[in-house]
Amino acid sequence: MSALPSLGGPGAGRGRPAAPRAPGRFVALVGPPNSGKSTLFNRLTGMRQKVANFPGVTVEERRGQARLGHGREVTLIDLPGVYGLLPRSEDERVTHDVLMGQMAGTPRPDAILLILDATNLARHLVLAAPVLGLGLPTLVILNMADELKSRGGDLDPAALAKQLGAPVALTSAARGEGLTPVREFLDGALGVPASLDLPVLHDVPACREWAAGLGEKAGYAAPAPPLWTRRLDAVFLHPVWGAAVFVVVVVAVFQTIFTLASPLMDLVDKGVSASGAWLAAYLAPSLFRDLLVEGVWGGVGSVVVFLPQILLLFFFLGILEDSGYLARAALIADRTMAKAGLQGKSFLPLLSAYACAVPAVLATRTIENRRDRIATILIAPFMTCSARLPVYTLIIAAFIPERPILGPFFGTRAAAMLGLYVLGFLAAFGTARLLKSSVLRSEGTPFLLEMPPYRWPTLRQVGFRLYDRSKIFLRRAGTVILAVSIALWVFSHLPLSGGQPPKIADSVTGTVGRALEPLVAPLGFDWKIAIGLVTSLAAREVIVGTLGTIYGMEGDTRSEGLQAALRHDLTPGGAVALLVFFAFAMQCISTIAVVRRETGGWKWPAVQFAWMSLLAYTGAFVANRLVTAFLA
Amino acid sequence: MRLRLNIGPRTLADLLPGEEGILGGIELPEADARRLMELGLIPGMRVRAAGRAPGGDPRVFRVDGTEIALRRETARHLILREEGDAA
Repeated sequence: MSALPSLGGPGAGRGRPAAPRAPGRFVALVGPPNSGKSTLFNRLTGMRQKVANFPGVTVEERRGQARLGHGREVTLIDLPGVYGLLPRSEDERVTHDVLMGQMAGTPRPDAILLILDATNLARHLVLAAPVLGLGLPTLVILNMADELKSRGGDLDPAALAKQLGAPVALTSAARGEGLTPVREFLDGALGVPASLDLPVLHDVPACREWAAGLGEKAGYAAPAPPLWTRRLDAVFLHPVWGAAVFVVVVVAVFQTIFTLASPLMDLVDKGVSASGAWLAAYLAPSLFRDLLVEGVWGGVGSVVVFLPQILLLFFFLGILEDSGYLARAALIADRTMAKAGLQGKSFLPLLSAYACAVPAVLATRTIENRRDRIATILIAPFMTCSARLPVYTLIIAAFIPERPILGPFFGTRAAAMLGLYVLGFLAAFGTARLLKSSVLRSEGTPFLLEMPPYRWPTLRQVGFRLYDRSKIFLRRAGTVILAVSIALWVFSHLPLSGGQPPKIADSVTGTVGRALEPLVAPLGFDWKIAIGLVTSLAAREVIVGTLGTIYGMEGDTRSEGLQAALRHDLTPGGAVALLVFFAFAMQCISTIAVVRRETGGWKWPAVQFAWMSLLAYTGAFVANRLVTAFLA
Repeated sequence: MRLRLNIGPRTLADLLPGEEGILGGIELPEADARRLMELGLIPGMRVRAAGRAPGGDPRVFRVDGTEIALRRETARHLILREEGDAA
């Protein structure tokens, strides 16, 4: 996926000299976690780094150009949040190395934007001491100024600037307010901050006292406690209601991604089939027409249909992330994590694995303990990523009739889907226990999580997220899935005999599939599914496109649609086995690549691939036998 | 409820919900202690036990204008200053 930066791992550049200076100015964004650095970065560069309302979203350095008018630009470097400049985890090390000029490929910054949360100023000012101590031109940005005001806090920025010997700006990055002084700073002649009487840097109590003194002289009035956060937490962290809300949220999400998505998916489906039929009628009969209609429309089209559903999932994830509820969910889930031998910090990376395992593996950089980090990386691909959604939906819709369980609120299909998510989670849980009680046993590092206040998700943010997600999804459909579909179609038309393609079962595809069939027959799969398992090694949803292409070429099933064709080919036992196989198997080249990079070698990705394949095969075998015996 | 023997100092883990105490010291390795202090858990600060996860662990502590969740195994290394002690 495109989330992979071209740089090496976070430690790749340590100790090496900084790269030669590129022309132009480099400015780093530094600040405590969840102070809004990436939001400000996005505002200034027009880029769309992932942001959310919990600490530790940014785990690597990202660059972007901020245009300042009259053609001038500076390069901004967005960095992971830090509380101090002594790194404890890989993400903090990135910030440390960039600021010290020890990151390969990144020059030492010329200036710093120090972003602090104005509602937490006295505590966040602690970071000002080591950052100003770097001696670089620094603009101190007090972000979330709107929240400070609305909660009755106050501050005199001019007085604070005088105290700090550095310019101070009040902003609200989420609303895009107060950015003019920031742009002026980036554009202007940068003065080195006046030398200050700084406290002993790594003595936190001394720094805190210094910060309190500064705040006092700058007339800082701390804001009233966030009243709504207290009220909401009284419910969300209530011993009974909290757990109930958690369950309701999960059930509602699953039901909606089925019921709300299906009319939209039908719409896309109609569009795809109509345009395919139109193409078939418009073009003269030829191999090229068949390639377009069967290969491209059949393959790519059958995956694109799932776009509405994936967008709905990301809509919900977005709301949960931006509101701050995820941090509460992490708290509620912590006991389960502890039982698996994992620390609470593993929860947020694992949660992001529900979208995609690649960013989840990167997000494990916030975990200080290396063994905990590796254990989390190894179990992340068991979490049900969005690429599994099309596979699950297709098979569930084909084999499980929709019946209400809890009236209109929860039906059999949503329940089956939820069951698969639970299955993946259980596999992760069991694997973690196994690892943490054997090869990855470790002394615990203290679990600490800062609870962010609840905030309203903004329409702009959620909208951008969905837009970007659509682009990623369609890009995959237009590259990986398109390429596999075309290749598959070609191999299904070879070898030509007398200028005519063979029957698909006798083609190269059919021959390979039938050679593999004995291997997967115990799972209840035929040669077509075998081909799908091979192509989906590239990415999971490719199997949907593959089956779309294969069935599209078979005259007798073309008109029936993918679901009907599947019912024709798979027994119920085979269908359940296929679901279980996809729940466990590690079919994703991007994940393998990112695990290799983040663990620094082939050992862990190899172990992970072998283990997940073993579980997938065994699990599918057992599922096939059980279901078949049960229905007999 | 967990039985508490009256030996050893009171810690954050002993605070009842809604109860406040003054942090006296952190008995953890230096790097861990520094991280807790960076988050606001500095000796001398007033700490209030707030929410908690269903099951009672981890718990949320309110300190220095923010809320921090700690597991019991960590909280019991954060020693409270006995009320009335000289600062």
